[in-house]
Amino acid sequence: MNAGRAVRYSKPLVFLSCMAPVALLAWSFANNRLGADPIAEITHTTGDWTLRFLCITLAVTPLRRLARLPWLIRYRRMLGLFAFFYGTLHLTTYVWFDQFFDWHAMVKDVYKRPFITAGFTAFLLMVPLAVTSTAGMIRRLGGRRWQALHRLVYASAVIGVIHYLWLVKADRRIPLRYAAIVGVLLGCRALFALLDRMRGTVAIRDSAEGPL
Amino acid sequence: MLIRKPSDTASSEITPESTYLNRRKFLAGAAVAGAAAIAGRAAIELASPSLVARAEMKLNVTVKSPFSTTEEENSLEDITHYNNFYEFSTDKYGPAKLAQAMPTRPWKVVVDGEVLKPKTFDIDDLIKLAPMEERIYRHRCVEGWSIVVPWNGYSLSVLINQVQPTSKAKFVQFITLDDPKFMPGLRYPVLDWPYSEGLRMDEAMHPLTLLCFGLYGSELPKQDGAPVRTVVPWKYGFKSCKSIVHIKFHKDQPPTSWNLAAPSEYGFYSNVNPNVDHPRWSQATERRLGEFLKRKTLLFNGYDQVASLYTGMDLKKNF
Repeated sequence: MNAGRAVRYSKPLVFLSCMAPVALLAWSFANNRLGADPIAEITHTTGDWTLRFLCITLAVTPLRRLARLPWLIRYRRMLGLFAFFYGTLHLTTYVWFDQFFDWHAMVKDVYKRPFITAGFTAFLLMVPLAVTSTAGMIRRLGGRRWQALHRLVYASAVIGVIHYLWLVKADRRIPLRYAAIVGVLLGCRALFALLDRMRGTVAIRDSAEGPL
Repeated sequence: MLIRKPSDTASSEITPESTYLNRRKFLAGAAVAGAAAIAGRAAIELASPSLVARAEMKLNVTVKSPFSTTEEENSLEDITHYNNFYEFSTDKYGPAKLAQAMPTRPWKVVVDGEVLKPKTFDIDDLIKLAPMEERIYRHRCVEGWSIVVPWNGYSLSVLINQVQPTSKAKFVQFITLDDPKFMPGLRYPVLDWPYSEGLRMDEAMHPLTLLCFGLYGSELPKQDGAPVRTVVPWKYGFKSCKSIVHIKFHKDQPPTSWNLAAPSEYGFYSNVNPNVDHPRWSQATERRLGEFLKRKTLLFNGYDQVASLYTGMDLKKNF
């Protein structure tokens, strides 16, 4: 079986795996397994998975190159959209369960609380990426512009980690772990760009693989 | 102080029902919000109610305190599985498991500093210093959640009067056990160990300030600060010190752990105050564990009788 067909057949499986965290969360909620403060648990779980999917998505390019697995690119859109999906759930939990649609309080929160400002910014940066994730949009924007726009994901991940760092009380170990991972993933890109320039070659454009 | 007659109902008998009531209240909120899966949740709860067996020794609780709130207590499950006890873990579900290895007998509490009669108490003598009361207090965490706990203990003032502070004593410091053998959280310098908290003398002497040995009629579960802790219900939870080994009286304000960690965020007083936000989040509202919607936070956590301790003080400056 060639790689193309393997990707096609495995996509539903990858999709289902990506749904597992939210399925587990829903099951735990229905079965009263989310502990003493279920809403805090939902908030933390959805936030964690947003960052995890951002990291997984950002890992695609370095992995393709280092492990020579070019076909990995074909999962990237799905993974990125899952980051957006969990980010949306995370924001919804805040708007619905935490603030209960108190728009006035939320506007104040976004304005006054740096960690909310950061979280909200990280989410907003993902919106144009989700909107332009279709093949039609890639065609309309043109590969180069589309790619430039989608570099916003770097900012979203960095600001997402800052959001986490700013909200913890004292134990920064977990957000610092995310910071290290995002740092390595972005560092890889800088390194690749440098190597390519030294070799005088043109980097393989992701979009050259076709609108995926 | 008004002392009521002991009632026939042991406080330990009033526990498990509250589990149902809490869940039901939560479900009602969820229904209002249109959340799904309600029927399944209720059915499962009815089929297997969350009962918790207790390993702790029963206490001889003889006094029902007039300071108790009539608000519904949180379930033992909530009280023992949502703990900020960083000596074990910074994960709230961690201490329930990780604290169980800590030995709480023998246990000594050193009381010294600016006192005429310094003394080292054995925990079993300390427990018997005064009649054991039940005090159902609201407990507000600085993180924005709250819980109602039926504590057992007596006023800290009883102990303070025993050791006779000198006229120089203006502050009391409480220090938590610092034993890395049993407290895995101490391996990381999340805070400047050992955990230290403090009160001004008049705060420590206030009858609401509880020297606490138990909850729900039995000795404290380890994750809740066994074998002895303080409870200061008008202050954020971290001002109460768990698993105390040392109480020291001072002329000057003693160093306190959270204040050292972030002085701009955690003041020495840390009175519950909806008008003074944490620099990073609002303190205007709180979520009572088991409830769906947030409720308004009350000044001094609703314990208005302490207001006179702070007359003339700017509570925004002295946060």
